[in-house]
Amino acid sequence: MSNYIVKAKEVTKTFGRRLIFEGISFYHKGNGIFGVSGPNGSGKSTLIKIVAGLLSPSRGKIEHKNQNKDIIPEKLHNHIGFVSPYLVLYEEFSAWENLNYFARIRGIRFEKERVESLLEHFLLFNRKDDLLKTYSSGMKQRMKFIFALMHNPELLILDEPTSNLDVEGKNSVYRIIREEGENNIVIIASNESTDLDLCSDVIHLDKYKN
Amino acid sequence: MKSKSFSLFLKDYHSELRTRYAINSLAMFIIVAISIIMFAVGQEKVSESLTGGLFWVVIFFTAMSGLSRAFVSEEERGTSLTLQLLSAPSTVFSGKLIFNIILVFCMNTIIALLYSALFETFIIRNFSLFILSFVLGNFGLAISSTIIAAIIAKAGAKGTLYPVLSFPILLPLILTSVQLTLFALDGTSIEQAKYELAIVVSYDVIMLTVSYLLFDFIWKD
Repeated sequence: MSNYIVKAKEVTKTFGRRLIFEGISFYHKGNGIFGVSGPNGSGKSTLIKIVAGLLSPSRGKIEHKNQNKDIIPEKLHNHIGFVSPYLVLYEEFSAWENLNYFARIRGIRFEKERVESLLEHFLLFNRKDDLLKTYSSGMKQRMKFIFALMHNPELLILDEPTSNLDVEGKNSVYRIIREEGENNIVIIASNESTDLDLCSDVIHLDKYKN
Repeated sequence: MKSKSFSLFLKDYHSELRTRYAINSLAMFIIVAISIIMFAVGQEKVSESLTGGLFWVVIFFTAMSGLSRAFVSEEERGTSLTLQLLSAPSTVFSGKLIFNIILVFCMNTIIALLYSALFETFIIRNFSLFILSFVLGNFGLAISSTIIAAIIAKAGAKGTLYPVLSFPILLPLILTSVQLTLFALDGTSIEQAKYELAIVVSYDVIMLTVSYLLFDFIWKD
């Protein structure tokens, strides 16, 4: 189990005068699978972007700690794996080239064995040398999981993780979420009941609008 | 951070070789701009000062047509989020800056060679001063273009905003670089051009410092 802590204190987000949510607090330590649900436009993606440090909250704050030390925002990306429908990988490169560049840009060693096992797990090993622009939407979604997992993050943030996936793809995603949830923290934003069934605790965003 | 930035530059370089997003537009712009100047001038003898000015006009507008791609292409393809999840803002800025510096140097070397071959009055009498002003001017152009590209990438009317924002920011650099090029053409010594050189060095240092300080705020939504 990791020593990672993610803590939200009274997080509020507004866009102009429009209140998205207010007063969200939670504390997750070590491991577990947690959910964020709510109708379309309720701010699920906004909340997880705030947790990932990609957006600033209007009020309140998010704290990330590893081994009881605060993680500075510049280093946060090394501890987080993020999957989202808004995430786009480089279509002019193959899966293998994408992952190789990602490791180098992160400044980590390209762990060939780990990448190969992830490619096999997500059924992409035979297509690893094909350009991403030739992939189907489901294959691109599975590729995003490899992007999120290749650096062994302590916090995995998943926005609609099973969108565009067939049954086989969904099963491999659920298997990896359960495995990751045993050692790391997984946060899932989704409306799918099968996704939320994996979670031990779910934040319903419609309760945080006044 | 250096190797991460260099890896990001390599990613952009290979991406550029495959997509030809900037190279084609830059090459076409250089050819078209110089051809139009040649047609407009015809058989007239162009003075040295006019050639020096036109040299930087071509450089400025060529930069406008291609240098914004560093960030605009990431935004248009939707890959900005990927970069945000991969590295710290300073690494992203450094990687993009390396790419733009190399692009500016290649582009402007071609423009200088074409000018030397096509314009009789483009005769450099103080080569050291020309190289010095060329290098400093190119650094300034690359730094300013990179930070402006980052600013406009998130805006709606990118194409219009880039030259509008670039003109006031690049004006001090362009004016001083034109003056330094004229000095190099008429054989003025480096000693006599020291004030202009100091302005360009100061411009480069200020723009680089401001860019690194501002980039964190620009890069985050």
